[in-house]
Amino acid sequence: MFISVDARGLACPRPVIATKKALEEMVDGIITVVVDNLAAKENVMKFATANQCKVTVEEKDNLYSITITKGQGVVADLTPKIVQNDSVYLITQSTLGQGNSELGAVLIKSFFYALLEKEPLPRTIMFINGGVFLTTENSSVLEHLVALNNKGVQILSCGACLDYYELKDKLVVGAITNMYSIIEELSSSGKAITL
Amino acid sequence: MIKLTEYSKNGGCAAKIGPGDLAEVLRQLPKISDPRLLVGIDTSDDAGVYKLNETTALIQTVDFFTPIVDDPYLFGQIAAANSLSDVYAMGGKPLTAMNLVAFPVCKLDPEVLLTILRGGQDKVAEAGALIVGGHSIHDDEPKYGLSVTGVAHPNRILTNAGAKLGDVLLITKAIGTGVLTMAARAEMFPKGAAAAVRSMVKLNRTAAEIIERFTAHACTDITGFGLLGHLHEMANASGIGISIDTTTLPFLPEAKEAAEMGLIPASAYSTRSYLTTIKFAPTVPEYIRDLCYDPQTSGGLLVSVPEDVASQLLTDLQQAGIEEAAIIGRVSNKERGEIYVY
Repeated sequence: MFISVDARGLACPRPVIATKKALEEMVDGIITVVVDNLAAKENVMKFATANQCKVTVEEKDNLYSITITKGQGVVADLTPKIVQNDSVYLITQSTLGQGNSELGAVLIKSFFYALLEKEPLPRTIMFINGGVFLTTENSSVLEHLVALNNKGVQILSCGACLDYYELKDKLVVGAITNMYSIIEELSSSGKAITL
Repeated sequence: MIKLTEYSKNGGCAAKIGPGDLAEVLRQLPKISDPRLLVGIDTSDDAGVYKLNETTALIQTVDFFTPIVDDPYLFGQIAAANSLSDVYAMGGKPLTAMNLVAFPVCKLDPEVLLTILRGGQDKVAEAGALIVGGHSIHDDEPKYGLSVTGVAHPNRILTNAGAKLGDVLLITKAIGTGVLTMAARAEMFPKGAAAAVRSMVKLNRTAAEIIERFTAHACTDITGFGLLGHLHEMANASGIGISIDTTTLPFLPEAKEAAEMGLIPASAYSTRSYLTTIKFAPTVPEYIRDLCYDPQTSGGLLVSVPEDVASQLLTDLQQAGIEEAAIIGRVSNKERGEIYVY
């Protein structure tokens, strides 16, 4: 549903009353309110925010166009992105690709950043061998991995690998796993990607 | 039933010209000085005071505005209580008053005007003063108020100037008449709107009589410039800074909810942009900030008294039925005019 309210020339509280009427008419949808003064802009934005709506405003030629989103559009935005597919990533080294390792370190960073932005998110990311340097202290991608973890992506590090590199007490993000679980994850996934 | 507020754009003291615009105009007028002029326009006071002799000073004030409520009798009462308040704020007693009337005689029943005037007259009588005349004009937008004359002892005049370091600040009415009259227009928060009307019709007479028994240093009433606007005037005239504890501020019922819903008079925003020496602690929520600028109509008295008498004054006010009275802050050693709100 879409409602447009022209509240130009109206003194307070009339712009708020007009917005209230529009909000009451809809369950889900977008309302745009146009006002011509700062007080009306502030008041309409306060009213919409107090009514749990998402509010944005644009100013042009001394007119304020306020966009108010009510209902589901808002709910989806407020909840963490938990949309996932069933792909599983297996990360076998701390850099991305063969060749120069400095370049590889830059690439792995941009890889996780891009992964974070891409919908749907993977189900699980598993780290083996040199990959465990990414889930432990001094990793340059911790921030991205924590964000992925917070959005519901399972992060697993190989226990034997952590032991080998003496990193077990330096694990920052996710849980420790073993080879049986890794194989189970890979075989049950819709798509397994190895890097 | 007629709805008086439909005839006005901004009701009550929210219709007042902003302090910034007003200062710009007044600045250009020649200054007046006379040994008998005790209080002129310099200190942004509520009334002018002229010394008649060693025992009597004349207090003169005028105030009028557009309808703030729909009921003509209540509008008359509120306008009168608001006009009389300026005399009380100076530490004086009102004696006589003159009506100021603007009314659309062709559009509205003269009975409405009669009811407004009856409300005004009843309130003036309650103050122990007399209406002795007036003036009326045709106007599409109804307006009503009074010019009030009072007296006080020349040495007992209370002004904005005089607040001292070590003083405590009290107010005698709860804040929120601006947002709640907006709420009434929006047909929201009826409980709060009714409380606002009860507050606005109340005279500041009892409060003023109690304050007179104490050594008050400064006094004003809180009207169109809101709590912070009037605090700022006091701080400037007294050459002091002020700190305000918002957790002790009395608010009318549902005033916070109305402010949060954006039912804020436009003049609150202009006062806010004009006052540049106000600092808020980051913990003060937005709706409390808005209420601190909320224009009050027939608001309470704001008084600055020495700390050692403050609690006795508060007790006396509350025992006299002024239950909303509260200590809200203190004079601080900040820069002149600076107000810290936490």
